[in-house]
Amino acid sequence: MTASLRLRAAIVSIFLLAVFLGAWHLATRSTGTAANMSPEYAKLMGLTATQGKSAMPGPLDVGAKLWEHLKRPFYDNGPNDKGLGIQLAFSLGRVMLGYLIAVAIAIPLGFLIGMSPLMSKALDPFIQIMKPISPLAWMPLALYTIKDSSLSAIFVIFICSVWPMLINTAFGVASVRKEWINVARTLEVGNFRRAFTVILPAAAPTILTGMRISIGIAWLVIVAAEMLVGGTGIGYFVWNEWNNLSITNVIIAILLIGLVGMVLDQILARVSRLVTFPE
Amino acid sequence: MSIFDDPFDADSRVNAGCICGQHQSPAEHEHALLALRCEPVVESQEKRYENVVASAVLRAVFPEAATRRAFLKSVGAATALAAVSQFFPLKTATEAFAESGTPEKKDLKVGFIPITCATPIIMAAPLGFYAKAGLNVEVVKTAGWAVIRDKTINKEYDASHMLAPMPIAISLGLGAQPIPFTVPAIENINGQGIVLSMKHKDKRDPKDWKGLKFAIPFDYSMHNYLLRYYLAEHGIDPDTDVQLRSVPPPEMVANLRADNIDGFLAPDNICQRAIYDGVGFLHILSKEIWDGHPCCSFAASREFITAAPNSFAALTRAIVDATAYAAKAENRKQIAEAIAPANYINAPVTVLEQVLTGTYADGLGGVKTDPKRVDFDPFPWQSFAVWMLTQMKRWGQIKGDVDYKAVAEQIYLATDTRKVMTEMGLTPPKDSYKSFSVMGKPFDPTKPDDYVASFKIKKAS
Repeated sequence: MTASLRLRAAIVSIFLLAVFLGAWHLATRSTGTAANMSPEYAKLMGLTATQGKSAMPGPLDVGAKLWEHLKRPFYDNGPNDKGLGIQLAFSLGRVMLGYLIAVAIAIPLGFLIGMSPLMSKALDPFIQIMKPISPLAWMPLALYTIKDSSLSAIFVIFICSVWPMLINTAFGVASVRKEWINVARTLEVGNFRRAFTVILPAAAPTILTGMRISIGIAWLVIVAAEMLVGGTGIGYFVWNEWNNLSITNVIIAILLIGLVGMVLDQILARVSRLVTFPE
Repeated sequence: MSIFDDPFDADSRVNAGCICGQHQSPAEHEHALLALRCEPVVESQEKRYENVVASAVLRAVFPEAATRRAFLKSVGAATALAAVSQFFPLKTATEAFAESGTPEKKDLKVGFIPITCATPIIMAAPLGFYAKAGLNVEVVKTAGWAVIRDKTINKEYDASHMLAPMPIAISLGLGAQPIPFTVPAIENINGQGIVLSMKHKDKRDPKDWKGLKFAIPFDYSMHNYLLRYYLAEHGIDPDTDVQLRSVPPPEMVANLRADNIDGFLAPDNICQRAIYDGVGFLHILSKEIWDGHPCCSFAASREFITAAPNSFAALTRAIVDATAYAAKAENRKQIAEAIAPANYINAPVTVLEQVLTGTYADGLGGVKTDPKRVDFDPFPWQSFAVWMLTQMKRWGQIKGDVDYKAVAEQIYLATDTRKVMTEMGLTPPKDSYKSFSVMGKPFDPTKPDDYVASFKIKKAS
C-alpha cells in the first residue's frame, strides 16, 4: 500500500514538473515579430529588441547553460570569475564556520538557560527581540565594527542561526520530564552525570530540531550576505550575473541553492532520527 | 646602521636615531613623515634621494667605515661629495632611483564597480600596466558604492575606484566617519547619460518632467549633481518636483523594465545596456551638460600613501599609463574585448564597444557617432573638486562655510600627479585650476561662493 502511494506521488510530481516546464516554455517563446529596423542599427541591439525574444529565458536555455556549468564546475578565471563548484564550496565553508560557532555557543548556553527558570525568564525578552532581525540589517553594523568583509559574513550567519538553537535547547532542557530527574535524584546521581546521561538524551530531539531550523536559516543568510559583500560564493555569483542581466544564470543559481539547502536539511533530519526515542 | 644615515658626517654615531629607528635623527623622521604624506616637499625629497645615492657610492668606494671616516675627516664632507660626483654621475643615478623606488607592498588589492568608468583600473590588469609598474594587483569587483567605501576604509582594498565626489565626502565625514582620502587620478571624463523609459518617447522637454521618478547611483556622485543641475536649469526643483532615488547601477535597467522608475542618469555601459535590451532610449549624453566633466576617480587613503609611498607612486604611474592608453581611439576596440569577460565588467562586448568607440544606437532607431562619449584624462583638476563642493553646498549636503581651496588641494593631488606625469615623459597642465562652463554658465574656481549664490533653485537653507 505504501509503495503504491509513493509511486502515485512520484507520478504526480513528475506530471506537475512537466506542466510547469511546458507552461514556462510556452510563456517565454519569442514572439517572432522582428522589429522593423535598419541592419546597422539592429547590429548594435540585443536580441530582445531585435527579434522580440523574451527577456525571460526558457527552460531549454537554462538547461543548455546548466550543462555548460556542470561540464566545468571548478574553473578559475581570476578573482572575479570562478566555477560554480568553487563558489558553492566557498559558501558552504562560510556557512559551516558560522554555524559551528553558533552551535558551540547556543547549545551550552541554552543548556544553562533551560536548567534555570529564572535565567530563562530574564533572557527571554532579549532573545525574542534579536530573533527576527534580518541578516541584511546586521550587515552594515558588522562591516563597520568588524572591519573585515568575510568575517562580517560569518558573523551574520552566526548571529542569525544562533537563536533557534538557543531557544530550542533551552526549551528541550526545561521540559525534560520531572519524574526522570527525580529518579536520578533518588539514585544520587551527580549534577554533571545527570546533565549528560538524563537531560541531554531527553532533550536531544528538541535540540536537533533547533539545529535543523538553524542550518536552513544559515543557508538563507549566506546568499544575502554574499550578494552584499561580494568576492566569492554563490551569492556573489547571483549578484554578478544579475549585473549582466543574465537571468539564465540567476535561475541556475536559484536551483543550486535550493538543492544544497535540501541536502543540508536532509543530513540533519537523518541525524535527528538517530536520537529520537519512542515514549 | 641604517641606509639613510649620512656617510658624509664624520661624527655620525651608530645609535643616534628617531623613534621608529629608520631615520638618523628625530628631525629627519619628521621630514620623512611629511614627505610621505605628499605635502609639498618635492625639492628636499629629491635631495634625500641624492643623499641616499651618494651614500651608496661613497660606501662602495670606501667599504671600510674606518677608512671612510679618516678620508672624510681629512678632506671635509663637501670636498668628498665633489670628489665622488667627479667620477660618478650622481644626478642621473638619483633620477633613476627616484623613478623606481621599490614598492613597499607589491601585492595590492584594488576594488572596482563593474561599469566602463573603471576602464583604466580594470584594463591595467589584463593589459599588463600594473605588472609594468612592478606591482601584482588583484582587481576585485564590488557590489556597490557604500560597500566599496567601507572596504577601502577597512583596508581590505589598498585603493579603489570611487565616484569623483566620494573621496571629498569621506574626507569631510559626510555619510561616513571622516578619514582623509585622496584622488591621485581621475578615471574618466564624460561617459554618463540620461536614459528615459520608452513610454516617454515624446516627453523630451525637461519642463514636462514634473512628478517623474529618476534613479541616480549614489548621493555623492557627479550623476546626482549633473541631473540636479540639468533639471534646475529647466526650472524643475529636484527636491520637490521629481523623485530622485539612489539605486545601484545594475538594478537600474531592471527597475526601468519593471516601470518602477521613469528614467535615470547613470554611468555608461548601463545606459547602453538599457538601449540594448530595448527598455529605454538615450535622452542626452552627460557630455551635452558639461563637456569634459569628471565622472569617477581613483582613490586611496592618506594612510596608504604614508605607509607605502613607493607602492602608491607605482600605482599612480600604472593608472596614468592605462588612462593614456585608453584615451587613444584606436585602442578602444581592443579594450572593450579585454574588459568584457565575467572576471571584469561581465557585459556583452557589443555594448562596451558602443560606449567606448562612440558609435552607438540611441534607442529610437538611429545610429549616432560621438568619439568623445567617454574619454580618459587622468589629471585631477582641483577646480573639479571646487565645483563639486559648490554643488554639495547648493544641495545642502554641506552646511556652513567651506574652505573650498584648502579642501580641494588636500584631496585632489594635482601636484603629485603632475610630478608623476612629468617623470613619465607626459606633459601635464601647468595649472591646477581651470575654468569651464556647465550648460553655458561659466564657472570661476576663484569665486565659489558667488557661484553658489547665483543659482535660483537650490535647497533652502
